[in-house]
Amino acid sequence: MNFQIATLLGQDGLTNGAIYALLALSILLVFTVTRILLIPLGEFVTFGALTMAAMQMGKTPKLEWLLLGLVLIDCALDVYQQIKRHIDRNKMKMIALKLGYAVIIIALLNNLSLSEIPMIAQIALTLCLIVPIGPIIYRLFFQPLADAPALVLLIVSIALHVTMVGVGLLLFGPEGARTQPFSDTGFRLGAVMLKSQTLWVILVSIFLIVALFIAFERTLYGKALRATAVNRMGARLQGISPIFAGKATFALAAFIGSASGILIAPITTLYYDSGFIISLKGFVGAIIGGLVSYPIAAIGAVAVGMIEAFSIFWASNYKEIIVFTLIIPFLIWRSMNSHNVEDDE
Amino acid sequence: MTSKKVISALLLSSSLLTPLANADIKIGVVSSTTGPIALVGIPQKNTIPLLPTSAGGEKITYISLDDGSDPTATVKAFKKLIDEEHVDAIIGPSGSGNAMGVIQFAAESGTPMLAPVGTAAVVLPMTKQKKWVFKTTQNDDLIAKALVEQMKATGIKTIGLIGTADPYGENWAKVMKDLTQKADIQIVANEQFQRQDTSMTGQGLKILMANPDAVLIAAPGSSSVMPQTTLKDQGYSGKIYQTHGAALDPFLRLGGKAVEGTILAASSMLVLDEVPDSPSKEIATKYIADYKKLYGETPATFGGNVLDAGLLLENAIPSALKSGKPGSAEFRSALRDALEKTKEMPATQGVYNMTAENHSGFDERGRVLITVKDGKWTLLK
Repeated sequence: MNFQIATLLGQDGLTNGAIYALLALSILLVFTVTRILLIPLGEFVTFGALTMAAMQMGKTPKLEWLLLGLVLIDCALDVYQQIKRHIDRNKMKMIALKLGYAVIIIALLNNLSLSEIPMIAQIALTLCLIVPIGPIIYRLFFQPLADAPALVLLIVSIALHVTMVGVGLLLFGPEGARTQPFSDTGFRLGAVMLKSQTLWVILVSIFLIVALFIAFERTLYGKALRATAVNRMGARLQGISPIFAGKATFALAAFIGSASGILIAPITTLYYDSGFIISLKGFVGAIIGGLVSYPIAAIGAVAVGMIEAFSIFWASNYKEIIVFTLIIPFLIWRSMNSHNVEDDE
Repeated sequence: MTSKKVISALLLSSSLLTPLANADIKIGVVSSTTGPIALVGIPQKNTIPLLPTSAGGEKITYISLDDGSDPTATVKAFKKLIDEEHVDAIIGPSGSGNAMGVIQFAAESGTPMLAPVGTAAVVLPMTKQKKWVFKTTQNDDLIAKALVEQMKATGIKTIGLIGTADPYGENWAKVMKDLTQKADIQIVANEQFQRQDTSMTGQGLKILMANPDAVLIAAPGSSSVMPQTTLKDQGYSGKIYQTHGAALDPFLRLGGKAVEGTILAASSMLVLDEVPDSPSKEIATKYIADYKKLYGETPATFGGNVLDAGLLLENAIPSALKSGKPGSAEFRSALRDALEKTKEMPATQGVYNMTAENHSGFDERGRVLITVKDGKWTLLK
């Protein structure tokens, strides 16, 4: 091992670590606000990557039908509730807006020549397609049992993960895919060749993390989410809707997930079922942060990426074992140091 | 894991509900159309409508089950086909590991099993149980021999191996170790990876440090692309060899410029236009045309392996019918004997010559050396 190899591995670990950090933050965010361990987060990663890949091959991503289907179910439920109580004009307008949004996105996807539009437009379309799926999933599967024990929420979350992997196979097929890099240039850092995509990943991740930080510290909505995370009942008494908080965190998670997928798709081949293992490593990061601390979770996730890169080099066949064994000492250390707070069981 | 089982159980039970026609000869087909090896299983399942519908004057019905790539589900599917459906033969499963687990059940019930799987371990070394198994793919060593000969001819002295950490990659590492020793080629690096790995920088660096004349990548399906693009990005300039596992069109699409000049050995299905006319070529051309008409895409080689299994059965059934009625143990046993006597039978993958010892039955007519030129498969001359 010399300096050049260490730099290359370090760069590799940092790239993966940045993605794991983003995922760790979304897992943490969703967990603190809603008590849901968002296992399907990895599916948003693969959906994002595979949708981009489909667009670049000039195919209309079939994910549009999932969006349409979910929006239709969501609106049908809304209408049913309206009829059951009383008809509220504003609510009806919202329903029309939702339907209109889905129709516009699908019209755009079918009428643009997707492989030729600039990449930034492809990214925007992909995000517009996937992000709304997050809040709808919350509304359909978690909102009805928002008060259920954390274990029930976890089970639903696992069921959702399994279903989404199946849907992924149906929509994208079993083939792996990768996308074109954002730009083709590479540059030298000493004796090491850096690919520009690596920098993109690291810069966008840092940008997103900083943006999240500012949003949570400075904006009213961010503060509302933080308040919910600190004390759900207290936040509710202050007039913060838990439904809104849940939907907002799911939208954020879907956004971060699919953005991560778009970022790494040019570097690696992703399959319909690759997401789980990626988000699991983010989860290890979140565990290192004790499922409470954002900065420690982010640092932990970067550490996971680093350890992974170096363990591939030293013992490629034991890599996963090394990474996931990491969780045990942290769990022991955490459980020895924390007072057992079981607040909602 | 449990979650995967739940899904496969659901899929299994849904296939239970399919009404079955009352026909004379019943053949079970087990493929992995969901789960990690769906890539292999989907073209196999798609091939079922193209299989022969009658043989020796008797109608053949096919009963298709999905095992979700899960070896436990494969066992369940086999038991169901054997105990409840009383099938006369089984084609499948898709995965090497899945196949290893069901050999004993096929043997105990005396049901011939035609496995379209990669690993030679299902038929070698021949045992009392394995005599019920026939394999419709080229044995790894047949492909490997072609590659090693090519390496020797081009003066390659050292090679590096990158393989998947599964039976496919491991068997290749084993086969290559034996063959390279004989050919006086040294393996200077041997690295492993998982299909879902998002980065291969470490393995690539290890190979670069050893600096071999050539690298062989042994991975099934599109996972064979990443090691190669990584090596190219890191500036490796030696020759890169691939196995028949890479012989799929997505390999070209995903690899782009990085896979230009790759050398691999596979069945002639990829370069049909360039090989001289033969009965195999005719059958393969027809199969590809029929498949295209049905699904609008060219089939992966894996589908051809299942078609061959059907053709082998079609060829063996007439003589087996003389010894017993379909559905009886005598018929199944005679079917096995007839399959073992297959001689000079052309099919999509090559020409089959089964013997009591060789249940794969290919010779060098079953593989050609192929390279990638201008983004297309080309016969290596």
